[in-house]
Amino acid sequence: MTDGTGPGSRARGAIGRFASWLDDRIGLSAIMPVLRKKEVPVHRHSFWYYIGGMALFLFLLQIATGILLLFYYRPSAEGAYESIQFLMAEVEFGWLIRSIHSWGANLMIFMAFVHMFSVMLLKAYRAPREITWITGVGLLFVSMGLGFTGYLLPWNELSFFATRVGTEIPGVVPVVGPFIRDVLRGGEDVSGATLTRFYALHVSVLPALAFMLVALHVLLVQRHGMSVPPSIEAEGGPRRSMKFFPQFLLRDLVGWLAALAMLAAAAAFFPAHLGEKADPFAPAPAGIQPEWYFMFMFQTLRYLPAEIMGIEGELVGVGAFGVVGIVLLFVPFLDKPKGPDAKPGKLWTWLTFGALAYILLFSYLGYTFDPNA
Amino acid sequence: MKDGDSSTKPVTRKRFVDWLLGTSAGGFLAAVFYPVARYIVPPEVPEASVNSVTLAFAADDVPSNFGRIFKFGTRPGILVRTPGGELRAFSARCTHLDCTVQYREDLSHIWCACHNGHFDLNGRNIAGPPPEPLQVFDVNERGGQIVVSVRS
Amino acid sequence: MRVARHLWLATLLWLLPLVPTAAQTLPSSDACRDCHLALEEESLVAPARAYERDVHAETGFGCLACHGSGGTNQLNPAAGFLAAPERREIPGMCGRCHSDAVFMRQFDPGLRVDQVQEYWTSRHGELLQDSNDPDVATCIDCHPAHEIRPADDPASTVHPSNILSTCGRCHANPARMAAREIGTSQVAEYTGSVHGQLLLEEGDLSAPVCNDCHGNHGAAPPGLASVRNVCGQCHSVMADYFDDSAHGQIFEEADLPGCALCHEHHAIESVDDAALLARSEDVCLTCHEPPDTLGLEFRRIAAVLDTLNRAAEASRAILEEAENVGMEVSQALFELEDVGNAQTRAHSAIHTFQVAPVREQVAAGMEITVRAAERGREALDEHRFRRLGLGASASIILLLIIGLLMKIRELERAEDTS
Ligand code: HEM
Ligand code: FES
Repeated sequence: MTDGTGPGSRARGAIGRFASWLDDRIGLSAIMPVLRKKEVPVHRHSFWYYIGGMALFLFLLQIATGILLLFYYRPSAEGAYESIQFLMAEVEFGWLIRSIHSWGANLMIFMAFVHMFSVMLLKAYRAPREITWITGVGLLFVSMGLGFTGYLLPWNELSFFATRVGTEIPGVVPVVGPFIRDVLRGGEDVSGATLTRFYALHVSVLPALAFMLVALHVLLVQRHGMSVPPSIEAEGGPRRSMKFFPQFLLRDLVGWLAALAMLAAAAAFFPAHLGEKADPFAPAPAGIQPEWYFMFMFQTLRYLPAEIMGIEGELVGVGAFGVVGIVLLFVPFLDKPKGPDAKPGKLWTWLTFGALAYILLFSYLGYTFDPNA
Repeated sequence: MKDGDSSTKPVTRKRFVDWLLGTSAGGFLAAVFYPVARYIVPPEVPEASVNSVTLAFAADDVPSNFGRIFKFGTRPGILVRTPGGELRAFSARCTHLDCTVQYREDLSHIWCACHNGHFDLNGRNIAGPPPEPLQVFDVNERGGQIVVSVRS
Repeated sequence: MRVARHLWLATLLWLLPLVPTAAQTLPSSDACRDCHLALEEESLVAPARAYERDVHAETGFGCLACHGSGGTNQLNPAAGFLAAPERREIPGMCGRCHSDAVFMRQFDPGLRVDQVQEYWTSRHGELLQDSNDPDVATCIDCHPAHEIRPADDPASTVHPSNILSTCGRCHANPARMAAREIGTSQVAEYTGSVHGQLLLEEGDLSAPVCNDCHGNHGAAPPGLASVRNVCGQCHSVMADYFDDSAHGQIFEEADLPGCALCHEHHAIESVDDAALLARSEDVCLTCHEPPDTLGLEFRRIAAVLDTLNRAAEASRAILEEAENVGMEVSQALFELEDVGNAQTRAHSAIHTFQVAPVREQVAAGMEITVRAAERGREALDEHRFRRLGLGASASIILLLIIGLLMKIRELERAEDTS
């Protein structure tokens, strides 16, 4: 690839000339040495280094398929459902684009979760990577926001009622709650106004935010290099390392392709379904569910008693999740090794496992919950 | 590792790998861009909208004192030219038990064959079992084309 | 005791003007009400209490409008107080106003004024007239005195939703009907009929109830010859087919009850196509005894209808299969619904008693089913094609992955040797 001998060398020559012409003007080649210099440590936890890249790829895929969906989507209560129906029935490969976007969103959020937990457990958030961590948590929240706003866009029965329940939740916060709820909904109830709002958030505000966060996040990762987990450090550090370019990137690519193939298969075998059009005046159908990544919170709120120590139960739950969110942002500052010998404590590791167990348990309970029992 | 082999082997092997990578990458790009290109091409069927529909027949095809059924999204509609020459459109679904209504030239109004329900040219239920008037649509004529839309 | 009460009442009425606060006119309806409400005996309080909800009270009429025999609200001293009238007098009493077109116009110009006249033509009226039958209905049996509500008020005894129980109060009561030949099965039969189901289970107020076939005030069984007209009010297309059919004339000449011969009268069932055959075997072959083969036309009609039903079902099954594998076929499913219209028309055409007109309608329906099936098959083909496409692109991706892995090994080896 580099020696320039072979059948395509003349063409490569032309490309090379164009490349150097371009480089004289924008000077991107300065990146190459950086990429070449970057080394990825190889040890038994190296696998987790790939997950962030996977999330990045899925994010870009969401942007690409999202833009394509915009070609046909109409953001109004009268036309949204019909436009998706048209997309699925008449537009060639409309089913593919939509299904990949919908499955991709789930996979991306899943990957973001996995990525976060691996970073937690490998303690990659330690100085100087605090900002990397904060942007990462921000990305997770933004991704969930994208998931939540996107869910409503097809304007079908399930998403309509799930959104009604979801936007009701901030309403329990005293004083500002109802205001926040009404701003989210663009009115007192979920309506066409909510749809246009969610649409604006989903296709411009949140992606722009995510884009900025991703840029900062990736930039910082490049700057700091990969963090080596304390456990490996204790064993005297990794014995080997791998060049980021091309070794590591090629491996990333393998993962991305596999993810794409999986998404395509999911699209072909389980196309995103549409269901019935939302009817605001119909009674809520049985089995209203939030997306899986909200399930553990939803289920927690269901279990809370009406009142806890004189405070409304739901408010306590919402407050608790708010606190957890804020704590999550500040983990790098809270998990400071005490004492000068800098032996990292096990507390946060246990907390992470606890959180993981909690999420799994409550999601399981949520999916097996029988509202009639 | 077979490092001791003759030096030509790694070269052919490298060529093969490059060839494999090149062709499959080309195939991959095709597999990605073919669906995308097909997706972008507008489909032949015009997009169905619940709010308005351009009828498949021209204004001239509807003589006075005549009615025609058309498709309005997922339901039938009826376009009527009154004896006075005016075009009017209604939902063609009878408000009684959902039969499709028709225009009766002999009566100059709309009639449902199922239970002898009658509607006047404003869609009002004037006789028979239908409990409610027919939904009224707006009709616009642009250069011989008829556009029917939901009255807002 | 009754006399005593009346005497007491009469005295009271005459004394009332003497009460100093009362205006120096004849006693007013308000006075009747006020006293009656203050009485202890429930049977005397009830009418006064109920009357507050009565449509006549709402229009401004008081007790004396009926009981005073004067004008609107005044007692006619000459005629005196009118207590509960004789049953036979009731129609005349109501008719005093309701048969007076000039009077009624002041209140509701659209209201008819021939109810009393109609009543005397009804079976109820006839029996009352001829034999002073104590059991037959007069005005107040359907429009309960003192709490009469207009027919469009859901609380009214003559609102469509209440008519069945209003008529049924007598007609479903074996004790009352014991001596009569008409029996008490009508209400039960009606309840199970198509019309009854529509009205009672689906709340469809346009479904015919007792009075839609028997008339309101002129209630009587429709004559044999007029059955077809009664049903034809709504089922006009079928009635027209029937008139033009061979049966139309023959039935009329033979005094056979049109529609009811096949469909019964109160227990009208919706005949599904499967039952059609069995039913027609029973009914048709009673007249068309073999070797007459005309009655067998029904077998052909049933067969033709059956083809359409099956085709519609088959098309629906294909579309549903496509839907189940995730294809979007809602438009095709919607178009298939149109078969229902064709089926309705075919069912109407049965009343020609010939297979050809039925077949014509069925053919139109068949076209719809064929189109729907086609779209369903296209969707299923498309689904198969998707898997094929998936297979192809997955293999390409697999090759690319293999290429990448080989490249990675190659690079690693180069590194190792360098
Ligand atoms: C859409 C979401 C995300 C994208 C696209 C993304 C992308 C990336 C990429 C490409 C890397 C470099 C590869 C790696 O080290 O694994 C990375 C690293 C990192 N990410 Fe994310 N990430 C996302 C979400 C998150 C979240 C939710 C967190 C934490 C809450 C997070 C925290 C980090 C940290 C601390 C690193 C540095 C890890 C290290 O240096 O070893 N990221 N991210
Ligand atoms: S369905 Fe139209 S009159 Fe019954």
